[in-house]
Amino acid sequence: MSGESNYQPSNGFTRWLDVRLPIMRLGYDSFVDFPTPRNLNYWWTFGAILSFCLIIQIVTGVVLAMHYTPHATMAFTSVEHIMRDVNYGWLIRYVHANGASMFFLACYIHMFRGLYYGSYKAPREVLWILGVILYILMMAAGFLGYVLPWGQMSFWAATVITNLFGAIPLIGDALREFLWGGFSVDNPTLNRFFSLHYLVPFLILGVVMLHIWALHVTGQNNPDGIEVKDEQDTVKFTPHATIKDIFGLSIFLLLFAYFVFFNPNALGHADNYIPANPLQTPPHIVPEWYLLPFYAILRAITFDIGPISSKLGGIIAMGAAMAVLFVLPWLDTSKVRSARFRPLYRQFFWIFVACCMGLGYLGGQPAEGAYVTAAQILTAYYFLHFLVILPVLGLVEKTKPLPESIAQAVLGGSGGSADATASPEKRG
Amino acid sequence: MATTDTDEPTRRDFLYVATGAFAAIGVAGITWPLIDQMNPDASALALASIEVDISNVEVGQSITVKWRGKPVFIRHRTAKEIGEAEEVNVLDLRDPQSDQQRVIKPEWLVMVGICTHLGCVPKGQQVSDEKGDYDGWFCPCHGSHYDTSGRVRKGPAPLNLEVPEYTFVTDDKIKIG
Repeated sequence: MSGESNYQPSNGFTRWLDVRLPIMRLGYDSFVDFPTPRNLNYWWTFGAILSFCLIIQIVTGVVLAMHYTPHATMAFTSVEHIMRDVNYGWLIRYVHANGASMFFLACYIHMFRGLYYGSYKAPREVLWILGVILYILMMAAGFLGYVLPWGQMSFWAATVITNLFGAIPLIGDALREFLWGGFSVDNPTLNRFFSLHYLVPFLILGVVMLHIWALHVTGQNNPDGIEVKDEQDTVKFTPHATIKDIFGLSIFLLLFAYFVFFNPNALGHADNYIPANPLQTPPHIVPEWYLLPFYAILRAITFDIGPISSKLGGIIAMGAAMAVLFVLPWLDTSKVRSARFRPLYRQFFWIFVACCMGLGYLGGQPAEGAYVTAAQILTAYYFLHFLVILPVLGLVEKTKPLPESIAQAVLGGSGGSADATASPEKRG
Repeated sequence: MATTDTDEPTRRDFLYVATGAFAAIGVAGITWPLIDQMNPDASALALASIEVDISNVEVGQSITVKWRGKPVFIRHRTAKEIGEAEEVNVLDLRDPQSDQQRVIKPEWLVMVGICTHLGCVPKGQQVSDEKGDYDGWFCPCHGSHYDTSGRVRKGPAPLNLEVPEYTFVTDDKIKIG
């Protein structure tokens, strides 16, 4: 897609700059002149929404760090200080805390969009893998950030997650003490988590740039999942995609604002307003909602598998649930990308969505009785979807005929050629 | 390069390998301090051992003390609890340990109150707490049950509750660590 540049420097300064650092050209080619498929729907606005979320988190985070104290005895009170004393501190903190949830909401929609329309398939495998790396970095940032207020949930989430590493054979104990900087989660742990929480967003920013770069090499996928053939299939990024993104973002911000201004603690946990106490575990430890499906998978392995203890088994299952996303482009054997033309995959896609939501629900429930059994069934299905259903489906499914081109699909008629023999009155 | 390819290693090949090896050692040497700084520091390692007065812990009572940032459970066990702990067939246990191996004096059970699954503090210290199916401790996080000797009997925990190093200084005082 990266064709020739159409950038024309408009004045003396930009002409001078263009031969020294063609940054204006890069911006113009990437965000103004860039050809986007003309059939993109609103599910394609979440890339821009996610970029916006990242900027919001970085800006509010930098500001919060001006008032926060990463020390075990002062962290909790400094957060309360932000809430009560700092000018607009309540607003900035609620935007940051709910911003994390909104970031994940947008991320999940963006990922399921990719799954539905087959955006991970050749030639976009690297683009997808970079996305999975971003997702894992986001989880790291979300977890590290959740620890910083040093409430009960912060402390015990940190304890449970760092203890996961203790299950690794041979090096587990040493690794755990390395992560803690001591013999339990304590001040050194909080201190380094703060440092890393500040670092990870900038790693995310770096990978986002690679993600966008890869996107601009292959061009965007689209709801029909067919390649762009000629100029008739595309529209310019600006104004078409820009305006659509801004409108999508505006709607998204309504939801964001609802949480920040009307229900700021709905997505948090009341126990995190109790200062951390290493001698008392809350009766029911749950991670943030966006990590619940993985937490359910972790707890679903309640049995030993040969020499692998249930504890290590749970961790392996959770790791595998994330790792399987990396190889997804090679597990899906179908040549057809979009679920629009894959009647069977479309049904399995929605079952998979329901499976993930079910795991999310179970991750928030106590680990006992029927909840465990249900989590085991859904965990098995999660892996079945990737490891059996997707490879087999591509071989047995009878797909619907693909449109000849995006232009034909959008404009109707036998279109596709630039001289447009199709009757213009038929459609748009 | 103007040299012709030969199978014999040349003086120049040696210099390349030697230079590369030294560079690698140098990088490793510089990286190690950056990694090792995260390990427990001198102040964390200088762990004061603690002395605990247990004279006023009645039979059937438990206390929790903090050692190395972790809770330590000290329980003055009843005769019934000791009996239950000793009756168990050790070979049936996931982490086989007899009760005698876990105590110095049978009436005093001392152990780190951290679930060996994922590090939560099990319930069972308070009279009103749920004590699990084996009358000992119960971890609410992921449902591990421990018996009256702190041995795991059910649930995901792989090991028994850890018994720290401790000694009886006098009959009424123990030193942990």
